[in-house]
Amino acid sequence: MLEGEFHTYMLPEFIIERRQDRCIRCRVCERQCGFNVHWYDEEMDMMREDEMKCVGCQRCAVMCPTNALIVKPHPGSYKPNANWTRERLQDLKKQSETGGVLLTGSGNDKPYRIYWDHIVLNASQVTNPSIDPLREPMELRTFLGRKQDRLEFKFGEDFEDVEITTELYPNVQIETPIVFSAMSYGAISYQAFKSLAMAASEFGTLFNTGEGGLPKELRKYGKNAIVQCASGRFGVDPEYLNVAAVVEIKIGQGAKPGIGGHLPGEKVTMPISVTRMIPEGTDALSPAPQHDIYSIEDLSMLIYALKEATNYEKPVSVKIAAVHNAAAIASGMVRAGADIIALDGLRGGTGAAPKMIRDNVGIPIELALASVDQRLRDEGIRNKASILVAGGFRCSADVVKAIALGADAVYIGTPALVAMGCTLCQKCHTGICNWGICTQDPYLSRRLNPEIASKKLVNLLRAWSHEIKEMLGGMGINAIESLRGNRDHLRGVGLEDWELEVLGIKGAGE
Amino acid sequence: MRRSRRVVLPDKDHQACGLFGVIDRSGRRFSGEMAIEAMTSMKVRGNGLGGGFAAYGIYPEYEDYYALHVMFQNWDMEAKHRVDEFIDANFDVVYAEEIPVNPDANVYNPPLFWRYFVSPNKKGEDKKLSDDDYVVKKVMEINTGIENAYVVSSGKNMGVFKGVGFPEDIAEYFMLAEEYKGYMWTAHSRFPTNTPGWWGGAHPFCILDWTVVHNGEISSYGTNKRYLEMFGYYCTLLTDTEVMAYAVDLLMRKQGLPIEIVSKIFAPPMWDIVDIMDEKKKRFYTTLRMNYGPLLINGPWTIIVARHGEMFGITDRIRLRPITSGEKGDMLFVSSEESAIRAVCPELDRVYTPMGGEPVIGRLRSREKEIAKQLSEVE
Amino acid sequence: MKYSIGGFCDLFLDFCKEVEELRDRLKLDGKLAIIDAKGLTHKELNDLMRYAVFELGARKFKLLNITGQRYIGTRLWAPNMEKLEIEVHGFPGNDLGAFLGGHKIVVYGNAQDGVGNTMDDGEIIVYGRAGDVVAMSMRGGRILIRDDVGYRTAIHMKEYKDKVPVLVIGGTAQDFFGEYMAGGRVVLLGLNLGDKPHRARYIGTGMHGGIMYIRGKVEQWQLGKEVGIVDMDDEDWKFLEKHVGDFCKEFGFDKDEILSGKFLKLKPVTKRPYGKIYAY
Repeated sequence: MLEGEFHTYMLPEFIIERRQDRCIRCRVCERQCGFNVHWYDEEMDMMREDEMKCVGCQRCAVMCPTNALIVKPHPGSYKPNANWTRERLQDLKKQSETGGVLLTGSGNDKPYRIYWDHIVLNASQVTNPSIDPLREPMELRTFLGRKQDRLEFKFGEDFEDVEITTELYPNVQIETPIVFSAMSYGAISYQAFKSLAMAASEFGTLFNTGEGGLPKELRKYGKNAIVQCASGRFGVDPEYLNVAAVVEIKIGQGAKPGIGGHLPGEKVTMPISVTRMIPEGTDALSPAPQHDIYSIEDLSMLIYALKEATNYEKPVSVKIAAVHNAAAIASGMVRAGADIIALDGLRGGTGAAPKMIRDNVGIPIELALASVDQRLRDEGIRNKASILVAGGFRCSADVVKAIALGADAVYIGTPALVAMGCTLCQKCHTGICNWGICTQDPYLSRRLNPEIASKKLVNLLRAWSHEIKEMLGGMGINAIESLRGNRDHLRGVGLEDWELEVLGIKGAGE
Repeated sequence: MRRSRRVVLPDKDHQACGLFGVIDRSGRRFSGEMAIEAMTSMKVRGNGLGGGFAAYGIYPEYEDYYALHVMFQNWDMEAKHRVDEFIDANFDVVYAEEIPVNPDANVYNPPLFWRYFVSPNKKGEDKKLSDDDYVVKKVMEINTGIENAYVVSSGKNMGVFKGVGFPEDIAEYFMLAEEYKGYMWTAHSRFPTNTPGWWGGAHPFCILDWTVVHNGEISSYGTNKRYLEMFGYYCTLLTDTEVMAYAVDLLMRKQGLPIEIVSKIFAPPMWDIVDIMDEKKKRFYTTLRMNYGPLLINGPWTIIVARHGEMFGITDRIRLRPITSGEKGDMLFVSSEESAIRAVCPELDRVYTPMGGEPVIGRLRSREKEIAKQLSEVE
Repeated sequence: MKYSIGGFCDLFLDFCKEVEELRDRLKLDGKLAIIDAKGLTHKELNDLMRYAVFELGARKFKLLNITGQRYIGTRLWAPNMEKLEIEVHGFPGNDLGAFLGGHKIVVYGNAQDGVGNTMDDGEIIVYGRAGDVVAMSMRGGRILIRDDVGYRTAIHMKEYKDKVPVLVIGGTAQDFFGEYMAGGRVVLLGLNLGDKPHRARYIGTGMHGGIMYIRGKVEQWQLGKEVGIVDMDDEDWKFLEKHVGDFCKEFGFDKDEILSGKFLKLKPVTKRPYGKIYAY
């Protein structure tokens, strides 16, 4: 951790307790740790550790055959200070030693209010029967895309002989209102990327390629792919657009609204460079804006460029970070031709983002979703686009609450990573991931077996879908459509008036 | 109800648009057809939620009188009555009529429009005001004091025609191709993100004979707005364009700066470029920026500003919004897209896109000398 | 009235006629399709072109009276498709040849913003000038522009191994020329400048791949801090010989005279311009 001529003044974040009576010196911990924390001291015949390097990912503790290791937060502390916390002090020291921007991975970990925890759901009692999802049909099938205001019919001989003459806009069908959010090949390993594709394909939902392209051999998963066209335009070729289910224009990301991306040269290995079409070892820079979109009519221009490039056969999604004027922007996006509005909130994750941005820019997804949905309804255009929301969904109840607030479906990123092994150590930006997820180092990434990881992802989707059905049934609803925008089934607890108002829900007991 | 429903307005609307302006520098007047056709060819830059035109030189028979175009929302005859009384009390009216319209045009819920040709009738304290300042004051009084009445244009020998619809629909409604001849036209097609439906929200934005049409979003809006408030301008329309119009009014009309200077305030050169200039220029740009920094207009924008005798188009300093200029003889065009110019004038002597922050200026030949003199005094 | 206020109108679709209604705009002469585009929306024009290719077997186009129609050539991609030739007469709109999949487009007139946006392969030739963001994120193929170009030309152009996009500009360019370039070859000839210098500022800012060749006067302060001036070698001259040669053949300039001028070769200082801005 030394940079330049300084000796570091940083405190270690974690302490490693090694129970020597259990340690059999098998050196598994040493091999498992990509950060080189553990080492074998031949002279003393014992394992030692460099705690400064430990990120607390728990890989060693889990893999240790004798459970000899305990990794826990370092108890060493500065004088407690509510203003100058340990984190602030450590950051200052880091910056004084390097002169650099603080970089981090994963999502905002600051204690902003999580509105999901202040919203409760309804259930049927007496006046309306609840439904048992185990034995009665319970439908989660969802269609993403633009809908018509009205349909026209042509009748033949009788009412049985009828045709719908209105042409529908392209829509995509998913079997559960949960979609894997954008994680690019490059940010995550090939194995992790492929696991997401396999799981989406098996379960009948979608994964999102992020902006790193789609490797040729994975194009067979195209019909379950949302392919991104982002500011770097990495890997965007006509075939890529045409094999996809949905094309998504990425304007912003919840973890880093307003800034671009930067895949460091170390991560641009040979296969990444083929997919992204840039030389090996080059920094993959995604500019902050899309340089052909500086305004709403330019967005319209790109939306229709993509519709032209795909012969008007795919819905086009536009993803923005949830920001102050999200509602007005979303209205403009729909009018500009977006078939799907994707909103990514304050707590959305990332492979790498400047910490100041991650922790300070954007608004919570709950409030953004509520105001966007309401705005589109006020303007009479809610049916012109589906709403996909992302950013900090932790469990199926969050999903149910989001759908009741007005979402069509939910993007999950972090839960999918956790299902594959991630422990949220927030070191995604280092290129080292002991779980083989957020790395391009073949030694580390081959730890992740797509066959197994995709099964875990499918299990997660199955479990959440089942829980969603249970909650729906409890409310006496057997089709997910009937929950969508049904804010009557939500009540707030412990919220201020203005918050209830933005969310468009009553307080509990009201 | 314990909780009253708060009406939360958006900070301002976000919009993007198509712009077009044309001037015949010889002063020859021509119909609105050219501007209409140009806008039609850029249809996809708007979305039918706002269109408008400003035309100069259209009322030669009343050229010494302020032409007030007044819009009465919901055909509110009570408002009309109050405006009539107000105007009678404060102006001498030489002529007034309902603005003729084509009822068959494809527009939505049009309000009533009247025009009044007036000269100021100042009394008491107001006698100290110049005619222009007096008119501005009275226009503000109508706009803020009489519900459902809005003065959409207030210059001499010019007029603004705007509303909800595509520009060609608005033009058809006001019969701009048939009824009017001007030597200069600017036009606007709107793509707003706010709730549409208000005719007053369309462009051009006008005060006296100054009109502004604008494309883009101003990220310095809050800073500019609060600076202008110190000078008595209150932004009430929730549009970026209003900030532009007031900034132009303050710098050009009140402080008398020519556009050649104002453009350097709105879109100053970057510091790293200033740092390598010679000492004199460095001092000039540094002083300008130190003093007028709050009027640096940041973010993506293109505007076309017009007043009698001149028109200019300019973009932000890193040109985040498009502008193209074309010339053919005495005709000078500025437009969001070259194809719109070509649609009305296929053969051009010259066509180019100016550098960010550098204005394209179209002036009547008869005014060029006067401006050159003014410019030399400032420098 | 197909749109409602406060409701919704789809600019690109609500005002379009069906192909059957437009059939008389299209004349087929063997494999050559001639389309009179006067007043057509881009959707209508591109519908007609697609129809001509996939239903009538057209392989060449002559588009007449083009005024502002966008996305010409964009909707003509299909797997393993034969390459088409498209002649454009008039003034095409933005995003000419966006995502182009290998066809050849020749414009007899000026082009606007976004020429060859994210183009994958093929060739675009413009007998005139072009607007901003020409060749943005271009991945392959070649673009020749006879006159000037606007802002942010060749932004984020890419390359991989032998797939190297080429852009040759006869006139001059405006600011942020070659911004963010990650690959490709860009040639700026400055033929219409006479003795005047290029005015572009921030040339090659953020550039981390590819090469730029600039003929004419450019001062150090006009260059972004991520590019450096390097010496020309034989490979460079061979490259210029070929592409400037083709350029001259196309537009009727004197190659030898142009190549006798002084060229500035610009390359990124590093593949990783921002490798050091982060704390650990």
